[in-house]
Amino acid sequence: MVAKENVNYIVGYNEMDGRKIPVVSTRLDCSDKIGAVKVRLALSRMDYSVAPGLYCVGSPAKESPVFVTANYKLTFDALRSELSGIDCWILALDTKGVNVWCAAGKGTFGTEELIDRINIVKLHDVVSHRKLILPQLGAVGVAAHLVRQATGFSVHYGPVRAADIPKYIASGFKKDDEMRRVTFTMSERLTVVPVELVMAWRFIAGVIAFCFAINAFAGNAFRRKFIRDAVTALGGIFTGLVAVPAFLPYIPGRAFSVKGFFAAAAWLLSAGVGFGFSAREWIANSLVVAPMTSFLALNFTGATTYTSQSGVTFEIKKAMKAMKYSFILGIVLKIVSKFGKD
Amino acid sequence: MENGMRYLGETIKLELDREKCTGCSMCVSVCPHAVFEMAGPKAAIIDKGACMECGACAKNCPAKAIESGAGVGCAYAIISGMLTGSEPSCDCSSSAGDGKKSSCCG
Repeated sequence: MVAKENVNYIVGYNEMDGRKIPVVSTRLDCSDKIGAVKVRLALSRMDYSVAPGLYCVGSPAKESPVFVTANYKLTFDALRSELSGIDCWILALDTKGVNVWCAAGKGTFGTEELIDRINIVKLHDVVSHRKLILPQLGAVGVAAHLVRQATGFSVHYGPVRAADIPKYIASGFKKDDEMRRVTFTMSERLTVVPVELVMAWRFIAGVIAFCFAINAFAGNAFRRKFIRDAVTALGGIFTGLVAVPAFLPYIPGRAFSVKGFFAAAAWLLSAGVGFGFSAREWIANSLVVAPMTSFLALNFTGATTYTSQSGVTFEIKKAMKAMKYSFILGIVLKIVSKFGKD
Repeated sequence: MENGMRYLGETIKLELDREKCTGCSMCVSVCPHAVFEMAGPKAAIIDKGACMECGACAKNCPAKAIESGAGVGCAYAIISGMLTGSEPSCDCSSSAGDGKKSSCCG
């Protein structure tokens, strides 16, 4: 990766033993904020990164603490914006522009990269102590005892969230239970929704095209029937993509496919009563929409902070077949019903 | 975790061998869901059902006293893994990947 020159977050350089170490700002400016919004809307996902290596905040000395982070710019920004007034070092690992938790899962935020990066930046010469502060979620990829064996640096896992760092420092580098816990608040859940929506655009376009096609020969009733079908189907999709994440804790069930099923039922009831579904519509629409919503809810497991691989695998094995057959049968009924009389 | 957000606890793969445990409390420190607690000089599993199998505890246990599932709880990754016959991996946001799908890893 090429070092990025003239970037907005570097405000100067500190000279140290003949080396120039970039100093970063602790304020996020306009371009940082616009960049974050673009990433959240999936407008520019790729290569939102900073150059891996060593950075300064303020005027750190040999005794100053070292914070290790990922080179995903959103992560780097979250960290530096919490460090105002603190003289310290930031060591950005090369995680290929991916956040700490995901990178740790893949191993790029890992033992090997940390050891390499310590040696590349000659951290032994920069600081006199042998202590590193890592984000707690990095523990998925880093084995603290192996880093110590290889480099002499002891790894201390700090808080999960960068926002807790000032409190963590103030309490003498001690974590309380709250700093350790991963959360999944309403705003955290909704933050990941726009990306999911943008990613689903092909699917949404396909659904609209299908609703258009099956009603193409409806003549005068085209408009009414098309809108009815499209609203019912899109409502089911939005229920899975937006309502399930938003109301996650309040929807019954632990399994996401079950939560999705309940949410679909609520939507189908509202749509059915609102439009005055015929018996045929009740059956076909339910068979199509319920598995769609349920699948989208299941797909949201990837964005959560608490689902296990064994649990999701179990759900998939139990639910996927039923979803598939229900969906196919519903689609067939939907098409066939268009040739009969409503 | 907040109320109402508890996943399927029955499937969780997580074992702690208290014989091997040296009481360093690293597992307590790295667990994001407070699954461990120190019980006297050694660690204990107090809430297995809250585990998400991230694998941080096993990775950081210097005594190798913990066995844990380790992987992503992501349906997209698991289904892709099933279809391609490979291990489920969280590659969807990697800029090194094909970049077609990038969902969870914001």
